Amino acid sequence: MSDAVTPRVLYCNCTYAKVVPEETKGDVLRQLCDSGVAFDAVADLCDMAARSDPALAKIAEGGPVRIAACFPRAVKWLFHGAKTPLPEEGVEVLNMREAPADEIVAGLLAATAPETEATAS
Amino acid sequence: MSRTEGKNLRVVVYEGAGSQPLPDEDRFAMISSLLAEGFEVTRAAPGGDVADADARTMLVLGRFDEKSPPTARGLDGETTVHFRDVTGVPAEGVVEVAREVRGETGARDLTAWKPWFPVIDYDRCTNCLQCLTFCLFDVYGVDGKQEITVQNEDNCKTDCPACSRVCPEVAILFPKYRKGPINGDVVRAEDIQREAMKVDISTLLGGDLYGSLRTRQRSARERFSTERDESKALLERKRCLGKLKKDLDIPDEVLMTLPSAEDIEARAERARLKAEKRRARSTTVADTKPAPTEDDWGI
Repeated sequence: MSDAVTPRVLYCNCTYAKVVPEETKGDVLRQLCDSGVAFDAVADLCDMAARSDPALAKIAEGGPVRIAACFPRAVKWLFHGAKTPLPEEGVEVLNMREAPADEIVAGLLAATAPETEATAS
Repeated sequence: MSRTEGKNLRVVVYEGAGSQPLPDEDRFAMISSLLAEGFEVTRAAPGGDVADADARTMLVLGRFDEKSPPTARGLDGETTVHFRDVTGVPAEGVVEVAREVRGETGARDLTAWKPWFPVIDYDRCTNCLQCLTFCLFDVYGVDGKQEITVQNEDNCKTDCPACSRVCPEVAILFPKYRKGPINGDVVRAEDIQREAMKVDISTLLGGDLYGSLRTRQRSARERFSTERDESKALLERKRCLGKLKKDLDIPDEVLMTLPSAEDIEARAERARLKAEKRRARSTTVADTKPAPTEDDWGI
């Protein structure tokens, strides 16, 4: 039996812009809500980064995490800009701007922990 | 309160021991409505791991079996936890409950702004400081190590990606921009070539963007002072800056709020001093990144 740590799940709603397809966002959130898993959801990661919200540090420092948001490069440097860089390992960013909802949810709920730096979907 | 100050209220949707589970549809409606209102939401579930509390106010919502305490203190001693029973409360009512607690606790109340500011990709950035010299709104600065940094996110003009268009390394992102690579998409070879052409915009305007702006504003001001026609002045300013708008994708409203010629001169001087400071430092301290040259600055 594997001792792999179950990664936490973070969902960004990109509330203050319309750059993530509404349908994708809605489907991902609905499936997360129905899945029975615990997760954190934020209204807008950009907003939090602009404020250097201390909650970002809790996300970055809490161990393996899968993030449903936008482009991995943007997410990585948003955290960095907020002085809470994401760790090099154990973070996976799933891009809701490009990938369909089912693919995002499958990635979020996959059984094993991410081992490498953020990858795009 | 500035748009970038304060803390959001974190709302925990609790369905564990001592409470009734929510129907799937209610859970989704509740969480999506709260997110749309700017709240951060944690869905707690048995065995699941979520972000730790971070010493602020937290609101726990649930359909509790028994009367819950109105407030409690977190184990860290710093987090104040409010409980609200939302049995029979529809999603819009739940949002109202959260708003009330937000009001009571002084948490950040902000529901309509587009977080628009540059994000630097330091894997690509060479610290040439072109963005610092280009931006007219003091968004950029240099840190204690004389490295470029975003200092005043609040000053950035919504929907204006101009600084990213003049970055020779395509190192400036605006995550909410519509197109790549500025939105954070992978940078491809053709992007670098295209962006290099955009950099030529500054030379297109005479090799000195600030100089051009100053000249244009001065000549426009002289014309306007004799003509005394404000609408004509507005049109003229628009025409003068049309090239910038077209090639750098600068929104009209940003062009119309450009600082005065005097302000531009003053900030260019400040930027020049910062660059000189950095140059002086790079001659005395071993530095892997070269200081920008006069050519790099284009001023």
